[in-house]
Amino acid sequence: MQLSTKHLLGIKDLQKSDIESIITTAKEFKEVLQRPIKKVPSLRDTTIVNLFYENSTRTRISFELAEKRLSADTINFSSLGSSITKGETLLDTVNNILSMKVDMVVMRHSASGAPHFLAKHIPSAIINAGDGINEHPTQALLDAFSIQEKSGSLEGKRVVLIGDIMHSRVALSNIYLLKKMGAEVMVAGPPTLIPKHITEALDVQVEYNLKKALQWCDVANILRIQLERQNQVLFSSLREYSLAYGINKKLLDSLNKEIIIMHPGPINRGVEIDSDVADSNQSIILQQVENGVAIRMAVLYLLSGKSH
Amino acid sequence: MQTILDKNQLHLTIQRLAHQLIENHPDIENTALIGIQTGGIYLADKIVEILREIQKDKKILYGKLDITFYRDDIRKEHHVPNQTVILFSIENKKVVLIDDVLFTGRTIRAAMDALQDFGRPQKVELCVLIDRKSSRQLPIQPDYCGKAIDSIISETVKVKWDREEVVLF
Repeated sequence: MQLSTKHLLGIKDLQKSDIESIITTAKEFKEVLQRPIKKVPSLRDTTIVNLFYENSTRTRISFELAEKRLSADTINFSSLGSSITKGETLLDTVNNILSMKVDMVVMRHSASGAPHFLAKHIPSAIINAGDGINEHPTQALLDAFSIQEKSGSLEGKRVVLIGDIMHSRVALSNIYLLKKMGAEVMVAGPPTLIPKHITEALDVQVEYNLKKALQWCDVANILRIQLERQNQVLFSSLREYSLAYGINKKLLDSLNKEIIIMHPGPINRGVEIDSDVADSNQSIILQQVENGVAIRMAVLYLLSGKSH
Repeated sequence: MQTILDKNQLHLTIQRLAHQLIENHPDIENTALIGIQTGGIYLADKIVEILREIQKDKKILYGKLDITFYRDDIRKEHHVPNQTVILFSIENKKVVLIDDVLFTGRTIRAAMDALQDFGRPQKVELCVLIDRKSSRQLPIQPDYCGKAIDSIISETVKVKWDREEVVLF
């Protein structure tokens, strides 16, 4: 049952058995979350700091709720209003927080590799809540949990990731995880948003035609266009992107099968996904959010033993 | 290896436990039987089967409780969580916790802690197949006991449900 790693830095470092352990544990935590008292005392001796150097709604609330449901003590830190503005380095900030006896660190950072750097310098367990354009492991885990819950084993499932693959940490974590679990993975989007050589590097299929991609898949995970990470023009306008790669009801109805629609949020309604799809029965977007708390509880629970 | 209960004795003991339960719970519909994962489930399954047989017209509430997240030794080793299935309220019910072997009492402590998250029972009782006397680390005693035995802490008591016997080694 022990995980093979001390930290959760990315899906890349996990074994298939780790992923299975986390999902199995999450199922039981999901049951806890349906009870009248949605709380267990497992981590009542653990203090966790949530370090958010980048904006977040879902992930941050989800982690905080997960920690509280496990009875851990939590501290929240956001770079805005902190001593970061006075020039304190990441390592100094974290060491100062840890000297106040904090056991685990959950961190989101805009620099890829920031949690990996931290892991080399501090003894506490670190959970990556998203680092730049690298990985977002808990999102991939909750996506896998949601697919399994909706339609069974990932083995042989055809999953397409659509949109801004280049700037998406959700895409990279999902690709690693789905491949490890034996799913078939395709990425689809405009050529400017799909990294070159991705087929050779990650063993995924590439498709530039949205309809063909949807025809092929069982599950479509639609990604947000990450305007904040694009420092050059990669498509002419949001409207044009939406016309070529936006998913609407008409398009889904034209397929001769029903596929599962996912989105990690926040959604840009009318850009990558239309409201009539996001709010339809095919969409499991809100189940993803619900499962996120259980997955994060499982990760914190399974890693907590290592930090004491 | 020493046999504590053979197949025949095990069968009789479980019958007796089921009958004692009915005796003390005339209003069985207000009683919830809760098996503790994983060892307690086999025993609870059998007891519930007998109760449903002799109280055909009554509704027997039966749930399964996993105490992994309530353990006091999660730092020492990790345990695989099992299913908790309690599809009814235990508020004001008489609850009977069912486990196979009562040893240090720590599992039952955790189970009572877990029960509180499902409501406030009117009363909680404990039914075990084997009571390992004088090895308790907490003030917990069974209300229904299949067989009480003397054993030392380094020994292991195992209920082999596949072979239907209880052994000490």
